[in-house]
Amino acid sequence: MNPLDMQTSSIAVTPGTRDDGYNFAYLDERTKRMIRRAILKAVAIPGYQVAFGSREMPLPYGWGTGGIQVTAAVIGPQDVLKVIDQGADDTVNAVNIRRFFQRTTGVAVTERTREATLIQTRHRIPETPLAKHQIIVYQVPQPEPLQRLEPRAFETRRMHGLAEYGLMHVKLYEDIARFGHVATTYDYPVMVNDRYLMAPSPIPKFDNPKMHMNPALQLFGAGREKRIYAIPPFTKVQSLAFDDHPFAVQKWSASCELCGAADSFLDEVVVDDRGGRIHACSDSDYCRERREGSVQP
Amino acid sequence: MYVAVKGGERAILGSYALIGEQRRGDPGVPELSLEQIKQQLRLAVDRVMTEGSVYDRDLAALALKQASGDTVEAIFLLRAYRTTLPRFGYTRAVDTAGMRLWRRISATFKDLPGGQLLGPTYDYTQRLLDFSLEAGGETLPPAAQARAEATVAEAVPRVVDLLDSEGLIEKSAMDPSDPEPADLTRQPLDFPASRETRLQNLARGDEGFLLAMGYSTQRGYAHSHPFAGEIRYGEVEVLIEPEELGFPISIADISVTECQMVNQFAGSKTEPPKFTAGYGLTFGHCERKAMAMALVDRSLRAEELGERIESPAQMPEFVLSHSDNLEASGFVQHLKLPHYVDFQAELELVRKMRAERATDAAA
Repeated sequence: MNPLDMQTSSIAVTPGTRDDGYNFAYLDERTKRMIRRAILKAVAIPGYQVAFGSREMPLPYGWGTGGIQVTAAVIGPQDVLKVIDQGADDTVNAVNIRRFFQRTTGVAVTERTREATLIQTRHRIPETPLAKHQIIVYQVPQPEPLQRLEPRAFETRRMHGLAEYGLMHVKLYEDIARFGHVATTYDYPVMVNDRYLMAPSPIPKFDNPKMHMNPALQLFGAGREKRIYAIPPFTKVQSLAFDDHPFAVQKWSASCELCGAADSFLDEVVVDDRGGRIHACSDSDYCRERREGSVQP
Repeated sequence: MYVAVKGGERAILGSYALIGEQRRGDPGVPELSLEQIKQQLRLAVDRVMTEGSVYDRDLAALALKQASGDTVEAIFLLRAYRTTLPRFGYTRAVDTAGMRLWRRISATFKDLPGGQLLGPTYDYTQRLLDFSLEAGGETLPPAAQARAEATVAEAVPRVVDLLDSEGLIEKSAMDPSDPEPADLTRQPLDFPASRETRLQNLARGDEGFLLAMGYSTQRGYAHSHPFAGEIRYGEVEVLIEPEELGFPISIADISVTECQMVNQFAGSKTEPPKFTAGYGLTFGHCERKAMAMALVDRSLRAEELGERIESPAQMPEFVLSHSDNLEASGFVQHLKLPHYVDFQAELELVRKMRAERATDAAA
């Protein structure tokens, strides 16, 4: 397969047809109400993990069941849905989740970030800035930022209660002492609204600054771990750092082979068996927009 | 090559067709009927019902057929179906002392009221492949007579109740107010977890995981001196008491396996030495699971009984957070999903660190 084919042209808004055998968005209305209550609480306490009665979905745990339940609880018939995985709309799991919602809601879907009212994502935040009328739903494998340092949820809950985050600072300090810089490249911990330490989900730290003061509502769903959390619009989100070791994002010496972007997160694509490789935008919609010329480079 | 992961809808539909074809196998071979699965793969059906948390032999057989016999996949199908079902109410606690027994053994007493009843078991078969099954046309044993001897219709007291009359075993009286149980499929697991919640988690837990956990307690990781007080398998009546009626009505007879492990307890400042119990219960005939569950239930009571907590099987967070095979299977297998954004980030970091090291070495 020619790697250049992977950035296929976008479909514009496509209306769907709903399978009447299921309730709208699959979940029953009482379950949706339960999830909405959890979301409201999460919005009221930015960055705080709200436990919720996560349901067993017809997709596997670890494949987006949290994001799917959050999306199912907030989606309405007028929404325009975009689903991405690794920044792209045509990765198999994104396709599968989009098909699930097309089948159970019949809402219109799009690949264009600007046209979407609701975006479910795994591992990326789109390069195109989000707007006030948009909601972005993150799929979260591990909502607890402290888990690798303290596996017992009973303990980490106490640490959040007391805002006792010394353990994380020590971890970052040890990284710097050993490697000269923080050795975390994705799921890089953030402090939300100066209060709660939060896992941003496994987005590259490149995307962390996009969370700060974002006009869109950001919702996070962890199905297997049964937690929902949120960042309301225009909320302060800071990546952890030290004064003498400020936070910095990834930079590439290359630019996108397809659209020439030098400011986007680039995937490295191996093109032959002799070590040849090119770089291409991970955000396939951003790349398409640039190639079609709707954004000036 | 990673690019191949991007294939979209066509690839997914293609995979449906292929898995359908593989499931059916050679079309020249007659298709399996659900009745055959229900009748001839009973123990697989029982396990799927137990861990799928739905007592329905037809649905479990359908799930097994659809999953090509993959038990965990079948459990997944059944659970995903179950999640959409409305809750009508709670049954009364099932009375296992009133069980119509097909099997009942105790390893603690040679003989006891009601006697030992071996029933259907592979325990004392010699594990030699029976090539007469290979050919088909199995000759049926004189089943009618065996069954007549094997079923005990009258209620037989449970072994722990016999110990109870001497005060030798802890009391586990039912709360007379009969509070609504926690429902782990509706509310998230929270720690510390009550024993009822733990038992519910273990009942849904993966047989293999519980087996290994229970086994570890026998090999020095949280030794608890267990005896198989009683294992019974048979039919019990399920009763509900609708509020508007005010009396219980029977809605089903279901088969269950119950295991009560009896463990020594040295006593504490406030309690005299006595026996404690670990409890296991499954749908159908899942004896290995019921026994493992009882061992793990007991080891998880370490804190309550003032025992030192040193081993994984005694740690509720460790056991209960990892017992569910759908959670485990989903998360382990999610590693198949593309991770190239994260990998790219790591690649960049490792290259940077290697470059730094090379510069340091050169300097």
